[in-house]
Amino acid sequence: MKKLSLANLDAFFAKIADKQALYMPIENKAGQLQFQRWTEGAKLSVGCNTVRSAKDFFFPQTENLVDFKVKGKEIEIIDSRTEKEDFVIFGVRACDVRSFAILDKVFLSNPVDTYYKSRREHGTIISLACTHPEETCFCRTFGIDATQPEGDVASWITEDAVYFQPQSDKGQKLLEKCGALLEEADESPVLRQKQQTKTYLDKLPLATLSTKHFENKDQLEVFNSEKWAELSEACLGCGTCTFVCPTCQCYDIRDFDTGKGIKRFRCWDSCMYSDFTKMAGGQPRLTQLERFRQRFMHKLVYFPINNDGEFGCVGCGRCLKKCPISMNIVKVMKTLEGEEK
Amino acid sequence: MQRIMAEKAKELLQNGTVNRVLGWKKGEFVYDITPAVFNNTEEIDAEFVYDDFCANNLSKYLIKESRKEGKVLVFLKPCDTYSFNQLLKEHRIWRDHVYAVGIPCDGKIDLDCLKKQDIQGIVGIETQNDNFIIHTLYGDHTIAKEDALAERCLNCKSKKHVIYDELIGRDGEVLDSHRFDMVEKIEAMTPDERFAFWRGEFSRCIRCNACRNVCPACSCENCVFDNPKSGIANKAAADSFEENMFHIIRAFHVAGRCTDCGECSRVCPQNIPLHLLNRKFIKDINEFYGTYQAGEDTESRAPLNIYNTEDVEPSIVYKKGGNH
Repeated sequence: MKKLSLANLDAFFAKIADKQALYMPIENKAGQLQFQRWTEGAKLSVGCNTVRSAKDFFFPQTENLVDFKVKGKEIEIIDSRTEKEDFVIFGVRACDVRSFAILDKVFLSNPVDTYYKSRREHGTIISLACTHPEETCFCRTFGIDATQPEGDVASWITEDAVYFQPQSDKGQKLLEKCGALLEEADESPVLRQKQQTKTYLDKLPLATLSTKHFENKDQLEVFNSEKWAELSEACLGCGTCTFVCPTCQCYDIRDFDTGKGIKRFRCWDSCMYSDFTKMAGGQPRLTQLERFRQRFMHKLVYFPINNDGEFGCVGCGRCLKKCPISMNIVKVMKTLEGEEK
Repeated sequence: MQRIMAEKAKELLQNGTVNRVLGWKKGEFVYDITPAVFNNTEEIDAEFVYDDFCANNLSKYLIKESRKEGKVLVFLKPCDTYSFNQLLKEHRIWRDHVYAVGIPCDGKIDLDCLKKQDIQGIVGIETQNDNFIIHTLYGDHTIAKEDALAERCLNCKSKKHVIYDELIGRDGEVLDSHRFDMVEKIEAMTPDERFAFWRGEFSRCIRCNACRNVCPACSCENCVFDNPKSGIANKAAADSFEENMFHIIRAFHVAGRCTDCGECSRVCPQNIPLHLLNRKFIKDINEFYGTYQAGEDTESRAPLNIYNTEDVEPSIVYKKGGNH
C-alpha cells in the first residue's frame, strides 16, 4: 500500500494531469457534485456521490459514430471517432466501478462495441472508498463493498493522507509515474477507516434489502404482477432515473442530415419515453405501465437471466434521490416481494 | 392536518361523493412522497400522508384521472389551485368528475437545502417551533424552517385557494412576495453576463424532460420534441445550444399560462433555476399588459390571447434597452 500526504494532493493531481486528462468529482454552481476535468486550483469534493454517474466516460450521452457525404451515386464514409486519448478518473465510488463490469457485459460481448471498448482501454480508474454512506445507499444488496472498491487503483482518504492500492497493471503503472510523491505505508489507518464505515453501513435503512425474491424467478410471474399498475401510476414518463443511472445502457442510433452531409449519431434512450424502441411496425409498449415495467424487469429479471444471476443495479441510490415522484427500484422490489407474503 | 384530511377522504368515500382519492403516499424514508390514488378507506389508513414533504402539485394528474368513471377527490394546496383553475380554463380537466378540497400549506421542505448544509444520511425529522430537528446517521441537526424551505415557498405568491368545493381550515390571502427579485437581478446584468449566466445553468441539462413532464401547462398529447415525424424531435443535441433552445421555447410556449407553481425547478435533477425563465415572462406580461395571474380565474382572457389598441408596441423592447 502506498501513501500520499494530503498536503501533496494537488502535486499528485498535477503530475497525472500533465500527461493525460484527469477527471474527478468537483462541486458545480448548483452545489452538486459533477465529474469535471481537473485544472490547477480545482477542488476535489468527496462529500457524497455525483449527480451523473461515471458511465458517461465510456458511454457518453451523445456521440458521433460516422459521417457520410453523398456525391452523385457515391457515398464517402468519414471516420469521426474521437475516443483515442488516455484519461484518468479519480474518486469513482464502489457502486459506479461495479457498473463498469455490468456495462462491459453488454458492450464487450459479441459483437463488441468498439467505441466503448476503446474508451475503456484508454481510461484508468482510481476508485475511492466511502466513509459516510447516505441513507439512499444499498450497494451491499448487490454484493458490493463500499470500503474496498474495485478499479485499477483503490484509494482511501483519511484525515491526513490518501492511501493507494494498485489492483491492475494499468493502476500499477500509473502509481509508478507518481512514485516520487508516494511512500510505502502501513495499512492500519485504512483498516480503522473500513471498520468505522462498516458500522455505518450496518445501520443504513436499506441494509437488509435483499434480491432473494428475484433469484431464479419465473419471468412471467413477475411480468404479470398486478402491482405494476399502482407502482407506475404516478410516473411522469421523464428520463431522470435512466439518465442518472450508472447501469442503464439503452441507446438509439439515428442519421442526421446536416445539410452538408449525414451524421450518424448514437444517444442515450430511455425506456420511460413514449418513442422508446419505436419501429416501422409501431410502438411495442403503448402505455407508461409497460414502459415502467420494462425498466425494472430489465434490471431485476432479464439481465440476471442473461448474465449468470448478476443484477442490473448497483445500489447507488441516484434514482431514489432524483425521481420527481420518488418512485424507484427499492419500492418496486419491496412491493413485488410483499405481494407474495 | 393529515388526520383531518384522511377523515375527510374516508367520509367522502363512504357517503359516495367520490369513488377514489388523489393524494400523497408515504415512502421508505421521511421525505420520499409519491402521488397516489386511494381506492378505499383501508388504503387511506395504511398509506395516506400529508406533511412538510408533500410538495408535488397534483393538478396535472387530473387530466387523466378526471376522464375516468366516477368522481375523484383531490387535495389542493393554495398554489395547486391556480394550476387546477388554469387547466379548467384550457378545458383539460372534466370539472364534474372532480371534488376539490383546499388544504392549507406552510411551505414545503426542499431536500437540496438540507444537503447544501451538509446534512446527509437523513433518517428522521421533527418540527420544534420554528425549527426542524433532523436526525441523521451521523448525528442530529437543528435547522431554522426558512433555511429548509423551497425557494418557491419562501417567495410564496398566495395562500389563497382560488377554487375548491370544500375548504379545510381558513383561507389565506394573496401575498406580496419577492419572487421577481432574482429576475430583476438578471435583468440588471449586461447582455453578455446574462448570456453567460444562462449558458452556465443550461450546460448542466441532461434533457431528461422532467421539467416538461411535470409542468401543468405542458399538457400537449404529443410534444413536438417527442414526435419523430415533427422534424425537430430532439433526442440528442446537435450542438451545445440545442438544450438551451428547448428551455427557451418551452418558456415561450407556457408564457401567459404558467401559474408559477415552480414544479419545473423542484424536479430538475441538476438544479437549474428554470422558474426564473417563466417569472421573466410573467413579469414582462405584468408590465406590458397590466397585472395578470394565470389560473386566478377561469373567465378572463389571457393577455397573450387578445389584442386591443392599448397593447404595448413591439418597440418597447428597444425603449427598455434591448438590442436590435
